[in-house]
Amino acid sequence: MAEKFDLNEREVWDGNYAASQALRQADVDVVVAYPITPSTPIVENYGAYVGNGYINGEFVMVESEHAAMSGCIGASAAGGRVSTATSSQGFALMVEVLYQASGMRLPIVLNVVNRALAAPLNVRGDHADMYLGRDSGWIQFGAFNAQEAYDLALCAFKVAEDHRVRLPVMVHQDGFITSHTAQNVYPLSDEVAYNFVGDIVPVDDMLDFSRPVTYGAQTEEDWHFEHKAKQHKALMDSREVIDEVFAEFEKISGRKYNRVETYDMEDAEVALVGLGTTVETARVAAKELRKEKGIKAGVVAIRCFRPFPLDEVRDALEGVKSIAVTDRSSPGGAMGAFYNEVAAAMATSKSRPMVTNYIYGLGGRDLSIENCKEIFQDQKANADAGHITTDIQQFTGLRGPKLGFFKTARG
Amino acid sequence: MTEIRWHSRAGQGAVSGAKGLGDVVATTGKEVQAFALYGSAKRGAALRAYNRISDEQIFNHAKFMNPDYVLVIDPALAFTDNITENEKESTKYIITTHLSKEELIAGIPALEGKEDRVFVVDCVQISLDTIGRSIPNSPMLGAFVKVSGMFELDYFLENMKRVLAKFPQKIIDGNMGAITRAYNEVK
Repeated sequence: MAEKFDLNEREVWDGNYAASQALRQADVDVVVAYPITPSTPIVENYGAYVGNGYINGEFVMVESEHAAMSGCIGASAAGGRVSTATSSQGFALMVEVLYQASGMRLPIVLNVVNRALAAPLNVRGDHADMYLGRDSGWIQFGAFNAQEAYDLALCAFKVAEDHRVRLPVMVHQDGFITSHTAQNVYPLSDEVAYNFVGDIVPVDDMLDFSRPVTYGAQTEEDWHFEHKAKQHKALMDSREVIDEVFAEFEKISGRKYNRVETYDMEDAEVALVGLGTTVETARVAAKELRKEKGIKAGVVAIRCFRPFPLDEVRDALEGVKSIAVTDRSSPGGAMGAFYNEVAAAMATSKSRPMVTNYIYGLGGRDLSIENCKEIFQDQKANADAGHITTDIQQFTGLRGPKLGFFKTARG
Repeated sequence: MTEIRWHSRAGQGAVSGAKGLGDVVATTGKEVQAFALYGSAKRGAALRAYNRISDEQIFNHAKFMNPDYVLVIDPALAFTDNITENEKESTKYIITTHLSKEELIAGIPALEGKEDRVFVVDCVQISLDTIGRSIPNSPMLGAFVKVSGMFELDYFLENMKRVLAKFPQKIIDGNMGAITRAYNEVK
């Protein structure tokens, strides 16, 4: 029997600690890890919970992130509840194995504390690593603060292990800005949290010796396409389950999550679309601009990056005149990856608004309320002029001469 | 919203101080944020830590702030770091030093004319006397409690005991002494 962990109704936790408490409360059986900054405390704390008797689990240290995810696959295929955490270069090394996990339909939960990719070496937060997992067949949730890193980790197990889904889930939080910032967090009691997640009911577990199964078999042109299509359909179909889980979570916590979150969008003329902590800073900017300048500004945030909520993004932004899509990742010779997805959604809209792209915050560069206001004001200028008045892609918070790419004459 | 910026060196406890303050403030029902700005910092490297305190949920995740309080827990940083950066007309400074307020201000041109908003306390000496090591974060909390008037001293001490509960009694007593003495000595 595990030791009782004392919890207060109100705690002051950082995102890493919050995520590790979710792993404890979900009673995770196995964590296989190769720790990396800034996600280290998540797996380190899990190890301490095991060592101090707060959880009956197994903490396995391995020699690389590639091995960490491989170990998670073994433990998950054996039928356990499995989780780990990583960041940046570690995530990059894990990528090959991420595709194995999703292809084998294993309900692993990966806490990703987003961090820049080298070179130059940088330990701070941006979303470069996240985009490496974009096509890996995992469900991807985004937390905007420490509370959400905790809440979404609990939801992640429930979604992943649902027999209608059976897919691995990543929960992303911003390196340092969330992972190392202590804020008020209101945890659930151990009992309420565990009952919400429930017991894992494995499917085709390899430790069921009466019914031998094969994982990761080879399929060439005869079946590979069907398998991948089925996997894609499973991701698409998970949307309904995610909505159900979020609704159920609201019942026990009072906190409601949506695959797309909207703030001040009812009458918005201009909007900023963002991910992570940026969403909350932008909300403050939008509210202040409404008061100070009468600019009808709103914010649209992606909670569930995969499966991508194309319909909901389009609906949330329909009728807005000019939209800024913010990318916290080096675009590498194209428009920002996030921009391309939102712009594609808006290409299917009736109103066909103007969509602009802002690259910002690489390597942890600060994004201030003032930076967000400037982005909104650019959109207001576009809305008033009836065409994009700036380069389509700009850089916010960058030192040196102004940098921008692509122009359009279209209204 | 109250915003606080700590100037410290890695190892002096500004990050723990900011988190401890956040922890105590949260018990009063307020929302808090505590974070730090450091790279791969080695012991002795200059760093900054930050607090935000508000009656409502804090959505601003930017590092940028116009601080209401600047807490300097390393005596030399008062001279070498830009402690008045992004200040407001009402920003209050609490600086650890063995100098008198007049002597300190005479050496830091940026503080001239701000005598009413500058407070001094010797956190290094206080921590040496009470805790036995140079850990200036605890005394700074005592000085902050006095200058801000945010809490009664007894309330703060009671809650800090809870934050420090995992430490041996001797350390807890030392910290309580440090907070109390700085509360009484800051001027």
